[in-house]
Amino acid sequence: MNRTRSVSIVAMAGLMASLAAPAMAGDTITVASWGGTYQDAQTKAFFKPTADALGITIKEDTTNGLDDVRLQVTGNAVKWDITELGADECARGSKEGLFEKLDYGIIDKSGINPKLVHDDWVGISYTSVVLIYRTDVFGDKGPKTWADFWNVEKFPGRRALSGSQATETLSVAALAEGIPIDKVYPVDIDGALKSVDKIRGHIDAWWTSGAQAMQLVKDGEVDMASIWNGRAGTLKKEGAPVSFSFDQGVLTADCMVIPKGSKNKEAAMKALAMFVSPQLQANLPLYVDNGPVNEKAFETGKIPQDRIKDINSAPENVKKQVLQDAKFWRDNLVEATEKFNNLIQQ
Amino acid sequence: MSAQTALMQEKAGRSGPDLNTQALHMDARRESLRLLALLSPSLLLVFAIIIVPIGWLFWLSLFDEAGAFSPANYARFFEQASYIKTFITTFKVAFIVTGACVLLGYPLAYMLSQLPRRAASICLIFVILPFWTSVLVRTYAWLVILQRKGLINSWLIDLGVISQPLSLANNFSGVVIGMTHILLPFLVLPLYASMKTIDTDCLRAGMNLGADPAATFRQIFFPLSLPGLASGVVIVFVLCLGFFVTPALMGGGKVIMWAMRMEQTTSLYSNWGAGAALGVVLLVVTLALLGLFQWLLGARATGVWSSR
Repeated sequence: MNRTRSVSIVAMAGLMASLAAPAMAGDTITVASWGGTYQDAQTKAFFKPTADALGITIKEDTTNGLDDVRLQVTGNAVKWDITELGADECARGSKEGLFEKLDYGIIDKSGINPKLVHDDWVGISYTSVVLIYRTDVFGDKGPKTWADFWNVEKFPGRRALSGSQATETLSVAALAEGIPIDKVYPVDIDGALKSVDKIRGHIDAWWTSGAQAMQLVKDGEVDMASIWNGRAGTLKKEGAPVSFSFDQGVLTADCMVIPKGSKNKEAAMKALAMFVSPQLQANLPLYVDNGPVNEKAFETGKIPQDRIKDINSAPENVKKQVLQDAKFWRDNLVEATEKFNNLIQQ
Repeated sequence: MSAQTALMQEKAGRSGPDLNTQALHMDARRESLRLLALLSPSLLLVFAIIIVPIGWLFWLSLFDEAGAFSPANYARFFEQASYIKTFITTFKVAFIVTGACVLLGYPLAYMLSQLPRRAASICLIFVILPFWTSVLVRTYAWLVILQRKGLINSWLIDLGVISQPLSLANNFSGVVIGMTHILLPFLVLPLYASMKTIDTDCLRAGMNLGADPAATFRQIFFPLSLPGLASGVVIVFVLCLGFFVTPALMGGGKVIMWAMRMEQTTSLYSNWGAGAALGVVLLVVTLALLGLFQWLLGARATGVWSSR
């Protein structure tokens, strides 16, 4: 009897405490990203500091991309309050009306490339597609530009390009034709396809995942490849005989959105504002090779000087690269990808 | 039970034959209803988890991105050359892998069936063991063995057999080798089981009547092992058609099979129907092929019987 009573008192006290707490603290939001080392880095750089500062709990999940968001939103079963996507996926999802509008009164957009600031999505980090080659085959005289990569006489050897990321491979193909980096967009799709047609007979593997690209280069299955800079950096750190640079790289942004129907929209908005703030953005390159989307991160002094040159979104490196245009691919992705698939599967 | 009672009643002549036929008929009907009632939970389950989703898949495939009723998802197969190509590749891989499995698996199963029980079970472990290992692990293992700087190429080069590495991985041959290895147990196990049930007296009788071992095998053992071979072939062939992991990893992006295309298409179009249409096409063609196979096998089986 006594025992039951004391239990109920404790329960009551707990209930009252939770009711009395401010609306914000104690909120729980769920954030989904790509998993792996990238998400581990985001946890340390973004999620943990945000949870501490706002007094909220951030649960994590992993996503496969836009299909997952579409399934949740159209099925009225939204599990996530914030999720990461590729910028072209954000642009497509935005057109489909899958996301909540963002409040730029709360989110400070200064320092973020305006191309990555939209009504219902905002950039979060950058990945680059770079040209990697094996130094045990070419020494330091390997292919430096995509035109070199396309030149099979001067640079004989086995090659790999991305078969799953048609948008990236088409951008690279345009660069190979000698188009300057500021003229790549809008991509002349038919011209780029013609360029792919020239090289496709010499491609030994069309990779479909970052891990596969890495394995192909690491095991010497190919001598040169297009690869994501994070994977290239890992290969170099592991001591593989490889070389790459950001020259003629293709910068691809990732973005974050609040799926339509999120139950914790307000807390999610505040958390997202923290994620893109210069202070937390500056944390990201301390853990992973994906560069911060907010250029003010480089002014915080948090990133060591000798690290800056290795970050793809450092102002010096951005100048050497092409930024993928999310809006362009929103409107052309399907057609271009089908044509690309038709071509490489012949 | 009650059928027996009816029979006894008839023998006793207590009722006319008409009445008895009627009673028997009623009884049979009651029994089949009872059986149906007993089966209903599992039938309901099959309906809920197989028929309904397939129906839904079919339904989804008829709608375009805007949610309007349209044949767009099917028209795409003819507009884009790569779909037909993928379809042909899928069946080409399935036929070749099934053929390779038969060529490798039949002698293996035959040997297993002839070994003493103890030796056979030890050998069977070697067939089954890889079966328990993840497909992904086995596929990566093949990649390590077959690639340019892999085991086979480095051995052959060291031995001086070849000077340039052979292209074994990241192409069609890699896919066939990887898939054959993974699917072999699916052929060997049913085949072995059916070979074990072949009555050795039949073989001895054949020998007794003057047939040499080759003729005994050809005329007695082989026809009797056909049902087991047929079930193995069907399992392997159908599994081939839906394969994803091995062609995705071993094909180097150059061997695109239907399941991979399904994944590509589903993520490319903001529409489940686009992927669903691929599923429907594969299902229909597979069922048609299975029907054809059944029909051919039926004809063949009766042929075997009549020749006796």
